[in-house]
Amino acid sequence: MAFWIASSPHNHNHTKTPNLMRLVMYATLPGVLAQWYFFGWGNLIHISLAMATALICEFTVLSLRKKPISHELFDGSALLAALLIGICLPALAPWWISVIGTIFAIVIAKQLYGGLGHNPFNPAMAGYVMLLVSFPLQMTLWQPPLSLVAVDLNFTNTLYTILTGFSVEGYSVEQIRTSIDGLTMATPLDTLKTNTSLGLTVFESIKNPIFGDNFALGWEWINAGFLLGGLFLIAKKAIPWQTPISFLLSLFICSFIGYSLSPDSSASTMFHWFSGATMLGAFFILTDPVSGATSNKGRIIVGLLAGLLVYLIRTAGGYPDGVAFAVLLCNMSAPLIDQYTRPRTYGHLKGDK
Amino acid sequence: MVESVVERITRGHFWDFHGGIHPPEQKFLTSNKPIKQLSLPKQLIIPLQQHIGQEGDLLVSIGEHVLKGQALTLSTNPMVVPIHAPTSGTISAIKMSVIAHPSGLSQLCIIFDVDGDDRWRKREVCHDIELLANHQIIEKIANAGIAGMGGAGFPTHIKVNSKVSSKPDINFLIINGVECEPYITADDLLMMEQSNAIVDGIKILDKLLTPAFIFIAIENNKPKAIKALQQATAKIEKIKVCVVPTKYPAGGEKQLIQILTGKEVTSGQLPIHAGIVMQNVATCFAINEAVRHDTPLIRRVVTVTGQALDKPQNVWALIGTPINFLLEQCSVQHIKNEKQPVIMGGPMMGFSVSSELVPVVKTSNCILVPSKVEMPSAFEKESKEVECIRCGQCSDVCPSQLLPQELQWSAKAKDHAQLKKLNLSDCIDCGACAYVCPSQIPLVHYYRIAKAEILEQQQLDLKAEKAKTRFEARKLRLEKEKVARHEKQKKAAAARKAAMNKATPEATGAKSAVAAALARVKAKKASKDQVQEQTNTPDSQTNLSSDVADDQKSQVSAAIARAKAKKKLKAEATNTLSSDNNDANKIVDALETKSTVTLQASVDDKKAKIAVAIAKAKAKKLNKTNDAAADTNKVTKHTLAVNMDAKKVVNIEDKKVKIAAAIAKVKSKALAKANKVNKETDDTSRINYPVTNNETQSKYKPAELVQTEQEDIAVSDSTGNSKNKNITESKPIISIDKKAKIIAAIAKAKAKNKLKEISLVEKNNPDNV
Repeated sequence: MAFWIASSPHNHNHTKTPNLMRLVMYATLPGVLAQWYFFGWGNLIHISLAMATALICEFTVLSLRKKPISHELFDGSALLAALLIGICLPALAPWWISVIGTIFAIVIAKQLYGGLGHNPFNPAMAGYVMLLVSFPLQMTLWQPPLSLVAVDLNFTNTLYTILTGFSVEGYSVEQIRTSIDGLTMATPLDTLKTNTSLGLTVFESIKNPIFGDNFALGWEWINAGFLLGGLFLIAKKAIPWQTPISFLLSLFICSFIGYSLSPDSSASTMFHWFSGATMLGAFFILTDPVSGATSNKGRIIVGLLAGLLVYLIRTAGGYPDGVAFAVLLCNMSAPLIDQYTRPRTYGHLKGDK
Repeated sequence: MVESVVERITRGHFWDFHGGIHPPEQKFLTSNKPIKQLSLPKQLIIPLQQHIGQEGDLLVSIGEHVLKGQALTLSTNPMVVPIHAPTSGTISAIKMSVIAHPSGLSQLCIIFDVDGDDRWRKREVCHDIELLANHQIIEKIANAGIAGMGGAGFPTHIKVNSKVSSKPDINFLIINGVECEPYITADDLLMMEQSNAIVDGIKILDKLLTPAFIFIAIENNKPKAIKALQQATAKIEKIKVCVVPTKYPAGGEKQLIQILTGKEVTSGQLPIHAGIVMQNVATCFAINEAVRHDTPLIRRVVTVTGQALDKPQNVWALIGTPINFLLEQCSVQHIKNEKQPVIMGGPMMGFSVSSELVPVVKTSNCILVPSKVEMPSAFEKESKEVECIRCGQCSDVCPSQLLPQELQWSAKAKDHAQLKKLNLSDCIDCGACAYVCPSQIPLVHYYRIAKAEILEQQQLDLKAEKAKTRFEARKLRLEKEKVARHEKQKKAAAARKAAMNKATPEATGAKSAVAAALARVKAKKASKDQVQEQTNTPDSQTNLSSDVADDQKSQVSAAIARAKAKKKLKAEATNTLSSDNNDANKIVDALETKSTVTLQASVDDKKAKIAVAIAKAKAKKLNKTNDAAADTNKVTKHTLAVNMDAKKVVNIEDKKVKIAAAIAKVKSKALAKANKVNKETDDTSRINYPVTNNETQSKYKPAELVQTEQEDIAVSDSTGNSKNKNITESKPIISIDKKAKIIAAIAKAKAKNKLKEISLVEKNNPDNV
């Protein structure tokens, strides 16, 4: 028997940060599979590229910072950030987009601020926004669902396109994106925005094939996939329910108000929920604990704020989708929100903090 | 309010507390085995203090034999709980020993050798508690040494004393049988086996506290205990057995109060301020034992459990039983893992013991020896802590609704102000946060350190504050005293002045008295001076005051003059003699004296004056020497001896040497002249000369002046003379210090005028060589 002084508790529930990260990555699978089904190999290739870059960056910076590499390299946080970047990128964006975005996310947004647990901004979203601002052309190379694309985008062809900018047959990305009618296809959100600014009603807009039968062809299933994964995470208590629920609720309310006021120029509530990065943002990005609020009340406030911001950016802003910007803005306000949403401690009266 | 609480409880509805966890339960290891009676251990280690409060005064001494139940310490203060002999035996030592404490501290313990007889002291069994007054019951509880047995160890007699003023009416007495730690079954088994005794104890508490309602709270994972207590309390309307949902830490005092009543104990207050008293079931049992059976708290149920043990079970352990004895009883021999930890208390709030000799105390409820499979984190000596990712799981499970992650940052940063703002003091150390932390941060450990630091800081601040007030009070006091003193002096002066200025006869009398006193003092002083002048004699006083000096000088010079006259007469007489007797050795000395005197007579007046003084002394000495030095050999020997002495003194006393030298020079000059006159006398003493000369030369080397003088003498070739001269010169210096001083003083005074002359002589002497 050994006798030494150890602090209580002596027991532990055996949860570990890497396990938590892995669980979150597994939870993205339904959404990623839907993405693969509707948009082909593009995002999977970007995810692989981003993950490889992330590991190299993480290794380099950890070596420079003289940190325990074996301990921290595989804690999953860098891989998760890379995964999220890969999911967010346009499928046919050139390869260096994902590489640059990941380098920025890991080296600058995460490690330069002190590594895991110290980054004020969600690394994936910081990388994504940097790309969006710096490379607007490449970042709008959204590919329409495979069913609408004339070119056969198999794995090799997609890889070739991502690496060279042209498909094996010699089509440029721009040509791939062009529909049979000769119109360049964008995302449903983008299309709606453009059409609305052109004076078309929503009803007229959604006749566009990219909207499909329901809300947004392909996108609705991707969002459904992420919703499924998110619910799984909530069931596993890996993420708090407050953030995604309040976010979705906020977005719903905002879009409902907008839709009620002017049905012609406003998309439906469900369109907002099931297009763009809504579900991914709700369950996988806003719930990032490091850059989010920590108290339950704070999480609710962050969710509400993010929903409002997403709606405002989508409808009134310059960008078709606003999740990344909304997340970064919420990250900024999280410490302040935390400050004012501390729970009342047992035995203390309200206001007596 | 009270009614609604009872209604809810009757319906089986409870409130919930925030957070909480469900760690894997291991109560089945021990919950189905009866409490085992152990054989007596050979030795007990009984810490003097086993509760919150202070040590009692020792009643026993080493070597004393005590009976079972005999008090070992005395309570002199309400916060002191006495301890008792758990069995009969002998006190073998009273020394520091490791105790049951998270830090492995040592404390004064009574080492108790068990004699095996287990003989009781006399007991007074009480059959009817209705005959006892409340204060008698409280006294019995206090004397039985009962302290809260749930863990904190607060003295029970204070908690049950409803007579203490400022305590409100007790609404609820809550008997805590929740036992939420996932391994411990000590209370569970006690409730199963001793339900009637516990209910009797509760009745005593009822009598003391007279609460409106009594709730016995038991977690729903203890069906047998619930049944036993329900049966035991079936006929008592006031007592309700509450089956609360299992959740850690439901057994915490604050949490259980919230579960049962929906109230929160205000931070910094005690439950009694809200009219609630909580007692542990084991404490109730102990109260019953103490009041009815006069049995002090000398044993308790301890759960010895963990999958590393062969026979985990509950045992009746005597207070003071070392844990190695308990583990032996539960077959722990097969444990081969060298890193096997032993935990006292449960896995959530217990502490690892630092020695196998740690004794069971009144608050020990469990000894846990987990296997590596069931509790791997207990085997990890080093923390696997990684960075906090702010997941917030800790704050989700915190029963006090704190923000452990923020506390952790502030604790690491030692930001005490922020920790206070985040209510660190409301943390109950339950460990739920650390249990769920995915980053494996030992949160409770950080809080404990921070709490200790804050406490230390508070004590320092208090000390500084006290010192400051003390200092300021002192300053104020000194200031006041100073002002008062001044005031007093002023008043006294004013009074004196007023009294003097008054034209009363008393005043004038006082005035004249002062004047008379002053006159008297003056007169006294004057007469004193006169007396002093008179008593100053030339012999005794070397340092003369200026006014007396003249007087003395004249006296001295008169004496010298007298001596001179005498010498002159003598010299004249001897001179004639010496010229007649040239051959005889015997007369050498006498001759010398004569020649000296002759010389003195021949030198001029001023020199003679100095010489005369010296000569006076010399003559005295010479007279003595002459008597002894009848034959020359003797004289020579004597000279050698004296020379040696002389040399020493000469070496030491520089001034004297200088004076002596000066005198000697004067003399030698005179001698030279005299020798010329008495050349014939030399022949007789020539044999002695070389010896003496050599000796004197070698010995006088350090003192150059004297040496030169000696050489002078040698050159002058007057053997006999030189010898004796040596004697005459040095002897007075050696033996008659005072005289020499006087002579020196005189010589100085007189030679002052001749300083130039003497220095010239000094210079000339070496040239003569």
